[in-house]
Parts: sequence; C-alpha cells; structure tokens
Amino acid sequence: MDAIAGLSMGFANALSLSNLGWALLGCFLGTAIGVLPGLGPALTIALLLPITFSVSATGAFILFCGIFYGAMYGGSTTSILLNTPGESGSIITALEGAKMARNGRAGPALATSAIGSFVAGTVGTLGIAFLGPVIVELALKLGPAEYFSLMVLCFVTVSAVLGGSALRGLTSLFFGLLLGLVGIDLQTGQPRLTFGVPELLDGVNVVLVAVALFAVGETLYLAWRHVEGKAEVLPVGRIMMSRSDWKRSFWPWIRGAGLGFPFGVMPAGGTEMPTMLSYYAERKLAPPEAQKEFGTTGAIEGVAGPEAANNAAAAGVLVPMLTLGLPTSATAAIMLSAFQSYGIQPGPMLFTTQGELVWTLIASLFIANVMLVVLNLPLVGLWARILKIPQPQLYAGILIFATIGTYGISNSVVDLVLLYGIGIIAMFMRRFDFPVAPVVIGMILGPMAEQAMRQALTISQGDWSTFVTRPASLVILLVAVAALLGPKLYGAWLRRMAG
Amino acid sequence: MSLHRRNLFTAALGLSAAGMMGSPAWAQQRFANIYMFVPAGPGGGWDGLGRAIEQVARGAGLVGNFQFENVGGAGGMVGLPRFASQRRGRADSLMVGGSVMVGAGITNKSPMTIKDVVPIARMTEEIGVVVVPSSSEFQNMGQLLQALRTNPGAVAVGGGSAGGTDHITLGLILKALGRNPREASYVAFAGGGPAQAAIIGGQVKAGISGYSEFAEQIKAGRMRALATTGERRSDPNVPTLKESGVDVVTSNWRGVFGAPGINASQRQALTDLMTAIHALPAWKQTLETRGWDDAFLAGAPFAEYLNRDITSTEEVLRDLGLAT
Repeated sequence: MDAIAGLSMGFANALSLSNLGWALLGCFLGTAIGVLPGLGPALTIALLLPITFSVSATGAFILFCGIFYGAMYGGSTTSILLNTPGESGSIITALEGAKMARNGRAGPALATSAIGSFVAGTVGTLGIAFLGPVIVELALKLGPAEYFSLMVLCFVTVSAVLGGSALRGLTSLFFGLLLGLVGIDLQTGQPRLTFGVPELLDGVNVVLVAVALFAVGETLYLAWRHVEGKAEVLPVGRIMMSRSDWKRSFWPWIRGAGLGFPFGVMPAGGTEMPTMLSYYAERKLAPPEAQKEFGTTGAIEGVAGPEAANNAAAAGVLVPMLTLGLPTSATAAIMLSAFQSYGIQPGPMLFTTQGELVWTLIASLFIANVMLVVLNLPLVGLWARILKIPQPQLYAGILIFATIGTYGISNSVVDLVLLYGIGIIAMFMRRFDFPVAPVVIGMILGPMAEQAMRQALTISQGDWSTFVTRPASLVILLVAVAALLGPKLYGAWLRRMAG
Repeated sequence: MSLHRRNLFTAALGLSAAGMMGSPAWAQQRFANIYMFVPAGPGGGWDGLGRAIEQVARGAGLVGNFQFENVGGAGGMVGLPRFASQRRGRADSLMVGGSVMVGAGITNKSPMTIKDVVPIARMTEEIGVVVVPSSSEFQNMGQLLQALRTNPGAVAVGGGSAGGTDHITLGLILKALGRNPREASYVAFAGGGPAQAAIIGGQVKAGISGYSEFAEQIKAGRMRALATTGERRSDPNVPTLKESGVDVVTSNWRGVFGAPGINASQRQALTDLMTAIHALPAWKQTLETRGWDDAFLAGAPFAEYLNRDITSTEEVLRDLGLAT
C-alpha cells in the first residue's frame, strides 16, 4: 500500500465519531498531564492500559497518541508561565519563554509555542507517513561512536548559555555533570555517589533538577530579596503575536522541526538534544537586535525553535516503533506493550499485517495535531492571565505546584529533599551570578555521553580512533569544531577585512 | 483518581469474567484484600505479572480486592527495602519479583536484598536467545562459540544492563568455553529498543535477551537466532546452548514474595492462594495469551531453588568482576 492510499483509508477510518471522540479525549488528557510536572505521558498511558480490555485497538491507540502529542503541547505552558518545565523536552523552552513571560510577552510566547508545535507536529507526522522507513534505516547505521560525537556537538551549545563569565558557566556545567553521575552505572551495575540511599540508585530525575533550579531557586531568591510592601503585578501585555513575532518565529519553527524529527527517529536520540541544538542555532542566527533579547527580556526565536524541535522529535519517536517495533522512549515502550495486549505483535511487519490500524493511527495524529492547536490557542489568553496574580501569591503557588509535581514523579520524600536542597543551591547561584542552564545541559548530556563513549570503546576494544575513523562520527565532530571555532574565526576574518 | 478509575475497570472486568464462567466457578474467597507491591513502573514485566494475578484471582473470587503500589527503579532495589520495612509482618501483602532482583541486589551492594523477603512462588519464566544480525558472518552457534573461544574481546555482545540475566548468560558461556568471563566485550544498553537497534544495525556482533523481545525481529529475518538458553528447545528450529556444546541454562523467572516477619501458617496461606490461582483454567489462558512459560514452583522447593540461584549468581558476578 503506498502512503497516499494508506493515508486516505486512514482518514476515512479516523473520521468516525467515536475515533474523533477518543482523539479529543486524548488531546485533552495529554494537555492536562503535560501541564503538571511529574506526570508524563508514559505513566498516564500505563495507568490507562487496563482499558485495552474494553476498547477497540484503533480507539485505544488514537487515545494514546493524542495523550502523547498533547503532553508535548502542555509541557511548554508551565515552562513559559511558571518557569517549571513539565518534561525534559521543554526544559530549554523555559530559558527564553519564562523571560518573555516576565516581560509582558507571555501571550506571544505561548502562541508561538502552540503554533510551532502544530507546524512541527505536521512536519513530523508527514515524516512518519512518507519518510519513516527510509530514515529509520539510515538511523540504524548510527552506533555508539556517532551518538557520542552528537553529544559532543551538543556540548557546544553550552557556550550559548554560559553568561558573562566562562569560569562561572563551566562551574555550573560541572555541577550538572556531577549530578548526572549519581546512580547505577549501566555498564557495570555499580552504584555511584548514592551514599546508601536506595532512592538514589536510579539517579536524580532531570525534570526535578530543572524545576529546582528554575522555579524553586527563583522563588527563594525573590523571597530573599523581596522588598516589603511593594506588591508588584507582572505586566500581561498583548496576547496575540504581532506581525514581527510571526516573521521572527517562522524560520525557527521550520529549522526546529527539521532538527527534531531525525533525532526522534534515532534509537538513542530523544527530545532533549535537538532542543539544545535548535536553541544554539537560533541564538547564533538571530539578527543583532534580537540577539540582545536572548537571556535578558527573552527572545521569541528561542521559544519557537526548541518547541518545534521537541514536537517533531516526539513524532519521530513513533517511526522506529511503527516501522521496526523498537521502543526508543518510555512512552513508546508502554505503547508497544499495549499492542501486545491486543495480540498485535509490533515489529518490522506491522505495516503489512496491521496496515489499516497503522494508517488510521497516522491519520489521527494529523487530526490530533489540529485539535491541539484549536484547543490550545484560545487557552493562551486564559493562561496568560495567571500572571495577573500578585507576585508573592504567584510565587507561593509556583512553589506548591513544583512540590506537588515533584512528589508525583515517584512519591518519594527523598525527591522533595533534593528539590529544596538543589533549590537552595540555585538561590545562591542566582545571588552570585552563576548561570543555571549549564547545570541542566551537563546533567542531560553527561550521562548519555559517558555511556555512549564507553559502549563505543567496548566495541572498538579500547581503540579511541573509532571516533574519527567512522566517517559519520568524524563529520559530526568536525561540525562541532566548526560550531565552536567558526564564529570566532569568522569574526576575526571580518575584523581583518575591515582593518 | 487514576486508582479509582482502574478499580472501576477491573471491577467491570471481574464481573464480566464471572458472568462468562457462571456462578459455580466462584471459589471460596481466601483473602478479602491483597496488597500487591510492584517494585517496577507500570507496564513492565513485573507489573504485568501482578495485574494478571489480580485479574485471575478476582475473576475466580479467590480474593475480594487488590490494592496496587508501584515503586520502580534499579532492578527492584528501590522498592524492595520499602516493601520489607513498611509491610513487615503483614500477612496480606505480596511483592512481585524475579531473577533480575537477585543480580541487582548483589551488584548494587544493597543493604536489603531478595533474602530479606519470604519466597512464596515462582510463576513464570522467560527463556533467553542468542542472536546475530542477519548480515552476520556467523551462521550457527558453533561458529560464534569458536570466535568467542579464540578472542572474546573481539566479539561485542549487546544486551540489557550489566549484571542482568543477559550479561550473566554471556559470562557463563565464556566460562564453559574455558575463558575468563572478564574478557567479555559486553555492551549494556538502556532498554530493549536501543539494544535491538544496535543489533539490527550491526553495531555489535551478537545480542542476548529474552526470546519474546527479539521474536518479531527474528520472524522478520532481521536477526538470526543461533541458540536458546532453556533446558529444552523453545523454538523447534533453534538449538539450545546445551546442544551447541556449552552446558549453560539460564532463564529470567518471575514470582511473588511475602513480607518479612510473617509466620509459617500465614506463609502457607499465601502459598495455597498462589497454588489455587495456578490451578485455574483462566491462569493457563493468561499464560497462553501473554506468551509466558509456566514455571510454577511453590513453598519449600522454591525457597531451595532461590538459594541455589543466589549462590550461582553471586559466583558468576564475581567471575565477571561485578561483585566482591
């Protein structure tokens, strides 16, 4: 069956009243759990698994995919408004998004992320329908060596968030790398830096750290420096995106979507790396007047790009699942086990044996995407009004929200101790001008890079040259060098030409 | 709210199942309530076993109500201490567990291990399989074993986390070949997806995992199954490791445990409950639809089996350099 015939059949099935109902329910639930930190799509789908006994396979998967896409939309809302990312793919969104919200631009930030999510979701779903099988074969050619090189490339993005002092920025980065070390080492099964606390065996949750650094740290800092009797209300500003907002968002959406999709398809890619690369690219590509907004009042490019990237990556994750039966994220793994409870064996033959189900699923992804943007755009005005709450109450609310969300991750008191411990550290980091973003980047990339490097070295029997003798790996490393040195050399060259 | 919803669904399910079987199938209720502790996240193998037990036991009226708690992480070693301390002496508590826990407790150096809970019954097991990418030069297990015998370091083998069943199987194979298990080039992957991708993509020379995890890839011809790790063939066309010349038998078993501090009669009541569940036709049906192998072993024989498993696992992990 070719893609066009498959899609038209899929749409014919998906547009039934009950399937539309499942899609709507999924989108609604997904948006809600995306907003709450701690509750992710994987857990939600797992809790809903028992319904697979009573609902048709098509209906259940439409529901699950709606939740999956919806969570990606919802995750950005709290990142922007409350500086409290709901899942790891929206951590980077908080960097510029929260700054925009603090400067009266919450509306455009939320709108660009909703529309960017729609654009990227559409691009990603088109990718699933037309490019999926081809791209996944290419992605399989990437081994641990290439993944390590990709992570080296992502480390370059740290330079974009280092702030004024490289020493302070790198200190933050190493703090993140240290946090990333906690837990059982995958390659040897040995615990590291767990100090006999069983709850630390699985490491420190990166969303918890992001919430502690961004939301708790900021709240404690403001409480510390708050001047009594001056109850400030943040400006809400205009809700709609202006002409210039549209113009500034368009290319970041496209670039973000283009970056995100292939990373999602990669078996060890994930949604975090493309958001970092997109942020770096937008920061470097932005015109000089927009550059000034980065890290100060918040630049819309820095929201549009990463948001598109994480949604496209989320779509990409479905490709190895549908074409090869490979679960490359927690959510995909849960969805695969749902397939199995229907007696459907997801695997390389799914497209042929269950063509109708798969194409209906892809069609409902398009439908869910439209529903989500329709559902989310009117909410922008409503959400933005949250900021009208006077600051002390608003920040108290953020603290409660962060606490409940963190406890929801694993119902563990140890997590709460970590949340406030790291939050207090973040408060001092703010006081002494240490940037917090490098901590998160180090924490996400550090463990991934370490494991990929050791896997690559085990395969090459300890031969370090594997990183430069494998062509794809070498190319990625050269791009990383170019990204690091390119702007400096270019600047030097320009000055020389001028001089 | 989610708990409530789940109860509602399972209640509806129990009713319909009871309806199908008719009233004579209602056995005498043995427990009004069972607290089922799953030391893993929802949706995984242990969770699946716990929910299947609930479904069958409630359907037959053996247990009135189940209450679930999931505490995931570190091969069950985050949940186990919590179960052992919070449910101490509680006769209505069960914890799902299995071979993964045996190894995890040793490599993690956990203060509490599987020895601190009361073995009730082993319910299912899963046989492992040794595969190579379809493009591999190895056509049969003999060739792969030859390569491992000559230079184990050159044969990178992918699988699940270090010290787990897959890693242990490789260690035992090397030992049987007369090599030092520490020479193994074992590449641990986080989760089945990345491991399968690395094998299919030819990043590693071979892979080891549970049979069901690779079954579809084998069927589709993207992986070649060279040997299974059971006592007997689980696939008529694939020889066992024993037939291939290495005396190695491993499996990934799953079962249930009671809380520490329960007395002999309370322990017996839980053992009887599991024996009754195992005897139900609905349980046979469940095993079939889920593709699980029946490995029922209860009471004292299970406790003896567990002790042997712990001793042999400790030995292999020491050989692999993962335990002291």
